[in-house]
Amino acid sequence: MSFSGRIAIAGIHEYESRWAPDKTAFQITAECAREALSDAGLSLSDVDGLFGATMSMGAMGMVQLAEYLNIKPRYLDGSNIGGSSFVSHVAHAAAAIHSGLCEVALILYGSTAASDAMAIGTGDTSMRDPGAAFVAPYGMPLISSYAMVAQRHRHQYGTTSEQLADIAVSTRRHASLNPHAKMQRPITREDVLESRMIADPLHLLDCCIISDGGGAVIVTSLERARDLRQPPIVVRGTGEAVCHRELGAPDLTTIAAKQSGEHAFAMAGLTPADVDLATIYDSFTITVLVTLECLGFCAPGEGGAFVEEGGIGLGGRLPVNQDGGGLSSNHSGMRGIFLVIEAVRQLRGGLGARQVEGAEIALAHGTGGYLGLMHSGATLILSKD
Amino acid sequence: MSSKRDEPKPAAGPKAIEYGPPAVDWETRAYWEGAGRGELVLQRCRDCGVVQHRPRGLCVTCLSDGIEHFVASGRGRVHTWSVVRQNQMPAFREAVPYVVAYVELEEGPQILANVVDCDPDSVSIGMPVVVEFVKTGRDLGVPRFVPA
Repeated sequence: MSFSGRIAIAGIHEYESRWAPDKTAFQITAECAREALSDAGLSLSDVDGLFGATMSMGAMGMVQLAEYLNIKPRYLDGSNIGGSSFVSHVAHAAAAIHSGLCEVALILYGSTAASDAMAIGTGDTSMRDPGAAFVAPYGMPLISSYAMVAQRHRHQYGTTSEQLADIAVSTRRHASLNPHAKMQRPITREDVLESRMIADPLHLLDCCIISDGGGAVIVTSLERARDLRQPPIVVRGTGEAVCHRELGAPDLTTIAAKQSGEHAFAMAGLTPADVDLATIYDSFTITVLVTLECLGFCAPGEGGAFVEEGGIGLGGRLPVNQDGGGLSSNHSGMRGIFLVIEAVRQLRGGLGARQVEGAEIALAHGTGGYLGLMHSGATLILSKD
Repeated sequence: MSSKRDEPKPAAGPKAIEYGPPAVDWETRAYWEGAGRGELVLQRCRDCGVVQHRPRGLCVTCLSDGIEHFVASGRGRVHTWSVVRQNQMPAFREAVPYVVAYVELEEGPQILANVVDCDPDSVSIGMPVVVEFVKTGRDLGVPRFVPA
């Protein structure tokens, strides 16, 4: 029997600052844990499942995190599939809770990517996979793997740079409504198109920002969550997927979201038409476009028209990234946890100008890795109790 | 091959990419040694006939050990591409702008490489290209492509 409808998110916290040169990543992580526990009305001693991932976490990373927090959980999961990891951690936590392996799962992230001046999109590409030798000689920064997907999308469907720019403009408009967002000044299409080209066809303003940050999410049974401080947000469906070159020539515009989304919708017994809002990993504008198509919010090739018509803005067919996303609010290296947090905040309600009114069902989708090379996808569908 | 000078020349346009020796293991040695001889070496499975790239110690379609190597035509077309205009990695910082592309080979597989000897803005999807090789050290080489 699936865990759909039996597990809930009971606590959340997003680190408020985007610049924390006086903090360590562990410290940010622990402060987020404290605030999420307080949000839920739980204490550290209630936590018996620990989940997390960071860009620097090594083989003993989860053990070190438990040591830092001075806790002795009975379930550990440090699976790292890139920036989407935390979306998948919610599914892993739900499965663990549903099978009695833990009761209160704490999912954590913390990073000082900005104050470390980490070049995420245009820096080192020395991936530790056995195929890296076939990539490393050619100078392929992360952004170029996304740019090559954008080129295919333009070629196959006639998608324009203006349409990609509309994603950045819409996301910035949302960020202007979020007092914690790193970039709040509204931008125009022209601002995006006139910003310098980083990897054709992606301009500077097609790229996510780099921030410090962290987050925490608490997952428990729906039954237990109903006794806690916040209204439970119920896990309805989850899915994971990997997408790679498959020895040959797969369609680069069909990403992992297709597989993970189909699984999540099937588990939830829902369709894209049921979803009131989405939080979508926006490492680059193209990531949002192909994710919308692969999750079934529009047909392949129609993503450009969807965003051009205001489909992802507040009041649109599917409001996306009301917090300002990674493009404008918070991208501290691995954004997945913030996708979950904003989806939960929207379903709890009361967000003022950026609130999607009457939101009942939200979808979070994370993409991790190198889009046109190899990447992961994780989809999570949540609802009010 | 690339540069004759150690001094960067900021005003004189991009430096050529300097290819270091590729990371070689026993599964991939035939590929990189082939490139050192000026040959693009691919794998074919004797049992199921699949052409696979990147090279592996077994066929990941039928899991047979019966892998053989053959010399590919070196001809293909650009499947997709980008011009890298910013890269903080020291080996590439002064080489921008340069083209990275997936090239779809006549034999089927796509391989990632640079496309050189042309204006980066002249590259397009479907453009015919042909392989060339840069020697790296005594026995090894790195394939890349030029307009056909």
